[in-house]
Amino acid sequence: MAGAIYRKPIVFSIVAALVILAGTLATMFIPMFTAAMHPRLANLKPYTALQLAGKDVYQQEGCNNCHTQTVRPLRTEVMRYGEYSKAGEFANDRPFLWGSKRTGPDLARIGGKYPDAWHVKHFNDPRSLTAQSNMPAYGWLAGRTLDPGAMRTRMRVNGFPYTEQEIGALAGRSELDALVAYVQAVGAAVKGAAPAAAVAPAEAANPLAGSAAAVAEGLALYETHCLFCHGFGGCGDIGTSLIGCSASDPETYTIIAEGYEGEMPGYADQLTSRQIWSIVTYMRSLAPAGEAGEKGESR
Amino acid sequence: MSEYAYDEKTVTGFIVSAIGWGVVGILVGLWISVQLWAPSWNIPPYFTYGRLRTVHVNALAFGLGLGAIFGLFYYIVMRLTRRPLVLPKLARFHLHFFNVAIALAALSLFAGMNQTLEYAELEWPLDIVVVAIWVIFAINIFATIIKRREEQMYVSLWYVLATVIAVAILYIVENLAVPAGLFKSYSLFAGVNSANVQWWYAHNAVGFVFTTPILAMFYYFLPKSTGLPIYSHRLSIVAFWSLVFGYLWTGAHHLVYTPLPDWIQTVGIAFSLFLIAPSWGSVVNGYYTVGGAWDRMRTHYLTKFFILGITFYGLQTVQGPTQAVRVVSSLIHYTDWVPGHVHMGTMGWVTMVVTAAIYYAVPKIYNTRIYSEKIANTHFWLVLVGQLVFSVTMWITGIQQGAMWKAATPEGTLTYTFVEGLAKNYPYWQMRTAAGVVFTVGMLFFIYNVAMTMRRGSLVPAKA
Repeated sequence: MAGAIYRKPIVFSIVAALVILAGTLATMFIPMFTAAMHPRLANLKPYTALQLAGKDVYQQEGCNNCHTQTVRPLRTEVMRYGEYSKAGEFANDRPFLWGSKRTGPDLARIGGKYPDAWHVKHFNDPRSLTAQSNMPAYGWLAGRTLDPGAMRTRMRVNGFPYTEQEIGALAGRSELDALVAYVQAVGAAVKGAAPAAAVAPAEAANPLAGSAAAVAEGLALYETHCLFCHGFGGCGDIGTSLIGCSASDPETYTIIAEGYEGEMPGYADQLTSRQIWSIVTYMRSLAPAGEAGEKGESR
Repeated sequence: MSEYAYDEKTVTGFIVSAIGWGVVGILVGLWISVQLWAPSWNIPPYFTYGRLRTVHVNALAFGLGLGAIFGLFYYIVMRLTRRPLVLPKLARFHLHFFNVAIALAALSLFAGMNQTLEYAELEWPLDIVVVAIWVIFAINIFATIIKRREEQMYVSLWYVLATVIAVAILYIVENLAVPAGLFKSYSLFAGVNSANVQWWYAHNAVGFVFTTPILAMFYYFLPKSTGLPIYSHRLSIVAFWSLVFGYLWTGAHHLVYTPLPDWIQTVGIAFSLFLIAPSWGSVVNGYYTVGGAWDRMRTHYLTKFFILGITFYGLQTVQGPTQAVRVVSSLIHYTDWVPGHVHMGTMGWVTMVVTAAIYYAVPKIYNTRIYSEKIANTHFWLVLVGQLVFSVTMWITGIQQGAMWKAATPEGTLTYTFVEGLAKNYPYWQMRTAAGVVFTVGMLFFIYNVAMTMRRGSLVPAKA
């Protein structure tokens, strides 16, 4: 009498609930009690009070609406962002912040990619990095101060260790300070993968040296990738001045390809060797005559 | 019982509230669509994209969506049980409580109180309010169905009951959190596990807010407005049970290529493909109901709303499972393709059926005829064109984005910077705003038509 169920609302509801619960139990509830759903990397550190405050700001401003925090194990994605995401990186995130839309770039490997000053300048005016950016400016967060008392509660609820000194130090710090601290901590548990492409040049000397066409191409690439930190004409800003840079051409090539941990990202996976040589050639055009190619300290 | 005979005031109260929140949600939607190509339209702190996008989603999913579901479910349940609501005063309280809650929800989201769980952004005090609202609703629905005066429960009532049960389970589990102050909480679930809970919830919020309730309306209002009986009762049974069974397994298709265990992703993908069958069960049932009497598309103005609605449901339920497949996901996931997909469901399927149901119900309640079929037809064509342009432009630019992200030079370096890919979206995003304006104008025609119908008719109690 299968048809009788459509005359018995309570029986019907119980059966419907069981049918609904089948997939719920199999794919959500039961896995929750397996170790695979609670991985934790050995070197995953709890957030500091300032970093947690920044994560709260990240949620408050809905950054997850435009930014993901998970790098898929796809070749070009690893080249663009860095090492693909590991399950054990996220144990401190309640909830996860993987997002579902990349109106802006993925941020899983943003921590340590740029210096703090880069982030402050970018939050203040995203379009100073690139005119085509559509990110809202967040410099106004600098005018909003943190509440140490609230952060003490939040650290306790998360079970993160803290000291009263650390909580006290939050007084007077802004939401922008916190957001920068958080962004710098994202993905810190996973060491960045080495670039897929070689960081040392195949050539012993710049094959484009002296080419006017290479200077022009290098200038265009410089404006896209280098200008924000190194300023117009290499005059320096967040990054060092490039005028009269004393590194040799091959050394300069390697710096551009490899970057400096925490200070400058490497570009080996983003620029072809010809493009890197073009930038080197452009840089040489900035140098006072006679100094180009001179050996010396790389920085 | 007089005023409460069929308790039409609560029904119309919900319909009017839903329309009101719908206007808010659509206008915020237009605003954020402009912000994407004109960042100067961000006004911190309350009106930046990051906050407004959640207001847009919540105002439409919960203000318009739930408002319409509450009102039209009361309407359908009373008629299919042949009796007034068992607790009419509770239903009236439900209406006011609902509006207060949605207003508070909007304010809290403007203020940045956001759990950052998609479709569950509201912080814990409002989560408790939402659960209370749902319990009040469930009590009335269950009590009225149990004390019904019609022995057999029609298909729509199955979907009503499934909706009430599933949403309760989903919402409560998803929002389990430890409060850290009145306006902040941290989820009970962390990391990979929280991702799994979230997409179990969010995909089924789509299933049990945008699918089963709309099917309940479809199965009731399509036969009513066309005068044609549903083609196959047996097909309704098979489609119902396989849909409510299959849906809950599929959430992980939102997490393809993430660190979620592979087997859960694969099960999610497999069940997503399976779901095509029950979804199309309802599509076929709808088509064959009107089949052989296609002239009703011309003579009965509401028929085309329902048939186009179920058509978009059919397209949606093929496109969705296709997106779940790994190779497709790797190209279109995280791109604008996905908002294109979502808006075909919401602007094509949900809005088409809900507005048609309101066109049917309001004249019945107000003992009159629709104010203007011509305006309804204008509304139909505007929302159809607006939605199609919206979705198609997002699909094109989504594929372009995905392809640019994947492009590599022969040397093995990336061909495009991220911003080069972003900049290519701008013309499409501008087109999307234009499409949104067309859709909005269509909805204004709808609102005018409903308002004039209410003005023309009179709310005399129907005979119970």
